[in-house]
Amino acid sequence: MSNLFDLLVAGLATGAIYALVAVGFTLLWQTSQTINFAQGEFVMLPAFLMLAAMHVGAPFWLAIILGILLSMILLGLAFKLLLVDPMMRHGVLPLAIATMALAIGIKEAVKQFYSAEASPFPSVVPTGDISILGHAVSLQSIGVLVVAILAVLGLTTLLNRTSLGHQMQAAAQNPTVARIIGVPVERMILLTFLINAFLVALASLLITPIYLAKFSSGEVLGQAAFIAAIVGGFNQVRGAIAGGLLIGVLDNLAAAYVSTQYRAAVPMIFLIAVILFRPQGLLGRAEERTV
Amino acid sequence: MSGFAKPLKIALGLAVIAALIIVPMNFNRYGLFILSQWAVMSIAAMGLNLTLGYAGQVSLAQGAFVGIGAYAAAIMTTHGWPLPAAIVVAIVLSFAVGWVLGYPALRVQHHYLAFVTLAFSTLAFLVFRNESWLTGGIYGISNIPRPHIFGLATNKPLPFYYVCLASLAIVSLAMWWLIRSPWGRAFMALRENPLRAQSLGIDTRRYTLMAFAIGSALGGVAGALYAPLTQYIDPVPFNLSLSLDLLMMVIVGGAGFYFGPFLGAMIAVLLPEWLRFTEGYYLMLYAVAVMLLLIWSPTGILGLLDRYLAERRTKAASALRAVAKSRLETAQ
Repeated sequence: MSNLFDLLVAGLATGAIYALVAVGFTLLWQTSQTINFAQGEFVMLPAFLMLAAMHVGAPFWLAIILGILLSMILLGLAFKLLLVDPMMRHGVLPLAIATMALAIGIKEAVKQFYSAEASPFPSVVPTGDISILGHAVSLQSIGVLVVAILAVLGLTTLLNRTSLGHQMQAAAQNPTVARIIGVPVERMILLTFLINAFLVALASLLITPIYLAKFSSGEVLGQAAFIAAIVGGFNQVRGAIAGGLLIGVLDNLAAAYVSTQYRAAVPMIFLIAVILFRPQGLLGRAEERTV
Repeated sequence: MSGFAKPLKIALGLAVIAALIIVPMNFNRYGLFILSQWAVMSIAAMGLNLTLGYAGQVSLAQGAFVGIGAYAAAIMTTHGWPLPAAIVVAIVLSFAVGWVLGYPALRVQHHYLAFVTLAFSTLAFLVFRNESWLTGGIYGISNIPRPHIFGLATNKPLPFYYVCLASLAIVSLAMWWLIRSPWGRAFMALRENPLRAQSLGIDTRRYTLMAFAIGSALGGVAGALYAPLTQYIDPVPFNLSLSLDLLMMVIVGGAGFYFGPFLGAMIAVLLPEWLRFTEGYYLMLYAVAVMLLLIWSPTGILGLLDRYLAERRTKAASALRAVAKSRLETAQ
């Protein structure tokens, strides 16, 4: 049983990070029909921005702030203005392909300008274990969980309890009507891009101390977030959160009980089953079909 | 493309074919390898263009079918079977798996379909990597022989390049015929308006599955040529990024255009090589080039050409109208 408990805690911690990334992913989809194939690279990059800031002498806390700000400028503002805006009206697929090219570009840029090797990254949470109900639990897992839960709570409060959040939802659900009743739709879309950039920077800060900073680490992460978003429900923020946690736990359990060789297969098979039998996702609503 | 006169088009086509046969004769080993790779990837992209460009079904699994074909060819030819037999097996196998993969397309569409095929792609990669009794696992399969065609050995790069080129020619002709046949029309009807296609009596179920199966079979053909081309295969080249690359080739070239895959494969295979003089920056520049191209023309290179020709036609037509109008006026 103690083994199962450890696996669950570790799974929830990774799952919480997946959830952060998946939430950003669904936000972009909802407001601008962007399927961001570079989302994994978006998580990989901020860690390198922070490392670069530390290289030029910034202390860790300042590097974190600079990293998050730079991410919001590059992965939020610039991404929207330079790539998404010119392509949005041409449909989903060309933009999706362009983000694939962006993913290659980010990976190569990091490899070229920083390093092809994995670099260690300082942890924001002190390392060590504490005892919960007689189990040794790593502080890192707890820290990750707490930060991720706070971020998600903050986001859902913003979306559901504030006027700004309601405007964002209106912009996402029906841009035409939203515009008529005076919602600044363009600004709301930009805001979701900035939120996404903030979330991926946060995820980067949480996950990089565990898996090291490497140019290729976005691939696995992007895919996990992808699956989490679909499993939970592509058009629902709470779906993405549930999906993230579920995939994190499933992944850890599969590694322990199925086989290490086929651990990656379990979430995939789950994904196929969900799409075939409940395409709107576990918590999602069915999309309206237009003919 | 209908802006060109027919004889001009034929002359241009013959010139390109002649150039593809004659120019590489004094290429070195590496140049021939890259060019053979272009031919192989063109075949795979052509298959995906049928599934995506003509029938409108998004697939992120074409790389997996290239893998299936490559492993089928590698396993059979290292056990003494001739390559043509391996190609037939690769076609049958990819066709069957592609048919089964088409079933989700009957239930879900667009991005959901993309994700199902993406998951399939990852599963196929895991099988290539883990079932080492069959695929050699991470060590792969080496010493894949190149075929004897009509008694001629194709071990040298140039003869094998001609094998790839001839295969590309055969596949291109078959595709040319297919998209002009009633089947091709049915595929396009499926893309444009599935409901109307169905009400016109087209069995949309069967054609959806067919679009997947034929597209996948061409992926298998490409794989069966890829194995003897590299003479060594392991699971890495057949991971998800190959599927993404192939998708990029189709979109960049121009989805739904007959010549799109040729151009797309050219950009994806040759452009990085031409940019190699920039050393570490070549893939970065390639990525930027693809993004700029898509921002400029989301319908790919041929979409751009198409738009240009359409504009020229409207201009010519309105000029003619103006002339006709002034003549009418003077007649009055």
